[in-house]
Amino acid sequence: MNTKKLAGIATLTALMTITACGGGGSESSPSGPPGASGPAPSGDAGVSKAQMITAADITLGDIDQAMVEKGRSIYDVKCQACHSTGANRVVGPGWKGVTERRQPEWIMNMMLNIDVMLETDEVAQAQLEECLVRMPNQGLSKDEGRNVLEFMRTL
Amino acid sequence: MNNSLRLTVGMLGTAGMALLLMNSPGCRPSTTKTAVTGDAASRVYVAPGTHDEFYNFVSGGFSGQLAVYGLPSGRLLREIPVFSVDPESGYGFSEETKGMLTTSHGFIPWDDSHHPELSQTDGVPDGKWCFINGNNTPRIALVDLGTFRTHSIIEIPNSAGNHSSPFTTGNSEYVVAGTRFSVPMGDDASRDVPIKTYKENFKGNVSFIHPEPETGKMSIAFQIVTPGVNFDLSHAGKGPSEGWFFFSCYNTEQAYSLLEVNASQRDKDFIMAVNWKLAEQLAKEGKGKRVPGKHHSNWWNHHTHSTETTVYEDVLQLDPKDHPGLVYFMPCPKSPHGCDVDPTGKYIVGSGKLAALIPVFSFEKIQAAIAANDLEGDFGGIPVLKYESVLHGEVKKPGLGPLHTEFDGNGNAYTSFFVSSEIVKWNVEKLEVVDRVPTYYSIGHLMVPGGDSKKPWGKYVVAYNKITKDRYLPTGPELTQSAQLYSIDGDKMELLLDFPTTGEPHYAQALPADLVKPREVKFFKIEDNQHPYVAKGEKETRIERNGKEVHVWMTTIRSHFAPDNIEGVKLGDEVYFHVTNLEQDWDVPHGFAIKGAANAELLIMPGETQTLKWIPTKVGVVPFYCTDFCSALHQEMQGYLRVSPANSNVPLSALTVSVDAEL
Repeated sequence: MNTKKLAGIATLTALMTITACGGGGSESSPSGPPGASGPAPSGDAGVSKAQMITAADITLGDIDQAMVEKGRSIYDVKCQACHSTGANRVVGPGWKGVTERRQPEWIMNMMLNIDVMLETDEVAQAQLEECLVRMPNQGLSKDEGRNVLEFMRTL
Repeated sequence: MNNSLRLTVGMLGTAGMALLLMNSPGCRPSTTKTAVTGDAASRVYVAPGTHDEFYNFVSGGFSGQLAVYGLPSGRLLREIPVFSVDPESGYGFSEETKGMLTTSHGFIPWDDSHHPELSQTDGVPDGKWCFINGNNTPRIALVDLGTFRTHSIIEIPNSAGNHSSPFTTGNSEYVVAGTRFSVPMGDDASRDVPIKTYKENFKGNVSFIHPEPETGKMSIAFQIVTPGVNFDLSHAGKGPSEGWFFFSCYNTEQAYSLLEVNASQRDKDFIMAVNWKLAEQLAKEGKGKRVPGKHHSNWWNHHTHSTETTVYEDVLQLDPKDHPGLVYFMPCPKSPHGCDVDPTGKYIVGSGKLAALIPVFSFEKIQAAIAANDLEGDFGGIPVLKYESVLHGEVKKPGLGPLHTEFDGNGNAYTSFFVSSEIVKWNVEKLEVVDRVPTYYSIGHLMVPGGDSKKPWGKYVVAYNKITKDRYLPTGPELTQSAQLYSIDGDKMELLLDFPTTGEPHYAQALPADLVKPREVKFFKIEDNQHPYVAKGEKETRIERNGKEVHVWMTTIRSHFAPDNIEGVKLGDEVYFHVTNLEQDWDVPHGFAIKGAANAELLIMPGETQTLKWIPTKVGVVPFYCTDFCSALHQEMQGYLRVSPANSNVPLSALTVSVDAEL
């Protein structure tokens, strides 16, 4: 394999990345409310209805290493193109220390209910103003989102 | 329009008639306004942001594609590439989709598509698939209404001009494909014969194709071989006639030259009645014989995002001469075109395109005539039933040039008349004309939603016209094709809307949108992607050389490629870009275009992998970019590929470099 990566770079990211996330600035998300952007009918994962996560939905105990590993593999496929595990922003913010900056339910809702968050949450809106691209809905189930959160807790 | 003028029109032919229509006010309302009711606009108005009531699937004719419109608005929603390449999506150009268009003749980039037919359950369109025929290089395609993509294409051997296709049985056990041209069949020696030996050596056939219910893979269950004639159209029986199939045929003169004259000699040609349940049983019992007939069956695998092709060398044929009771001919006046079965399944309507009447056959009488052996003779060894014995009755002087008939759920039929350019509504039981409206101009097919099924939804009839002339802003010698929407809710048909169409519309189908919408696939799950060159995440992106082949595992996400700096490619290489779209949301395709590409772009749906082959022609740095506006930073979604001379030592590399990566 002849792939070359610059030393010290954990992520391959675009040269001019101040990009962000989402259905396109001028187009906004054409999928309407989150309920409309469900998974492929053949599949079973993903958010079928907007169900906002509340603090009561999440219990944070000791780090669960099995969940961390599941979260890491989801990150590799669906998140890493835009988020580093360091402090640097790529397309979206770096994840280092994110669980100290944000409430766990806020993080999960950004993953699972991005359209509602961008309509109602001032912090999410401020972040969009900075990133300019909407955070994509990457079709995670609640369990998958929880595993990613567990992975974030280790960063 | 009086009868003498109609005859004149018939003699003048189509072009002359169109001129007449334009110039003689007596033939049509002087202005469009007089033909349109005052509230027409509100009846077809679909407010911004709201949906049409029906999906309308319309053949593209010589475009080879399948167009999708909303009704009643007539808005074009999609043009689905089926038999012709589509540079816009990369269909037929990407390495994965090329296989969909391969045949025993090799890669075929174009065809002529005529008749969409929706899959059915219990005789009613179910919204699962839409079949359509390729006329020129005989094929049948199956379009999946979950993805609105061509999912399966099968080639029809021993066929030439696949016109009498692809009509379905009531549970889509089979779709049929009848050959327009009869041809010699068998081994090479049997096929290399003088054309003038038509009567001895040329054979017709109708194929019964089985689509697997779960996968949509198609195979030919059997062919029924017939004397040499031209098959034109067909429809399955339903209700009492379930288990039978009816095919119109012309050129029973067995002419092989100047058919315009030589195939119009006899007063009657035939509608062929096939007992397909019996044919199915014979095939299962191992009857019939396998004859040469190499053909491809191509199937799209949604998990590998690639074509799988099965090549068959032969096909099972049943000869009705060996199997009494399998096939009967019914005389039908003058070169029948449409062959349509009413919703009750009791009546079969033949439209003799050169006749001045519409014959309606009774299935009950057909069965009685068969039981009584009430024959007028045989044709090529196949029994011919007596016309009068199987006839329910004739619609007298309905118009000129009847082509096709559709039905509402209230006992009425709607027949298109090409020569007199009108739709005529008539009562099937009583055989009486109850209404007529002009069409602009020279209607070919017509369509009522569900109008060839057991339970038509009615509401509208749509005319698909052959001549447009003055109906739209002119666009040079080539004018738009057109359709016209009429209300059939009331006693009188009312013209509501003209709308332009792509290609030349032949047949069409429509069904309520609610039967299709819940099936929609919004994206492909990246977890399920089994493409051999998938990159599930940027960690898996890379570049590899295999001799002169260079493979790039590339990903897209808003809004960058990984990698986007590629070096080490040399003149003489063949570069394969395997592009995986990492997005997992609806309506976020990314495009991939590279300067100098001799094929097309790729348009990659979320979760999908597609491959573009690219051959560098010049030393230098070549740009590539995303073609589908994907985000506010879409215009930043780009990359560079460096091409070096053939003897260069530049190492192969593929990078994406982040400016703040070391923070």
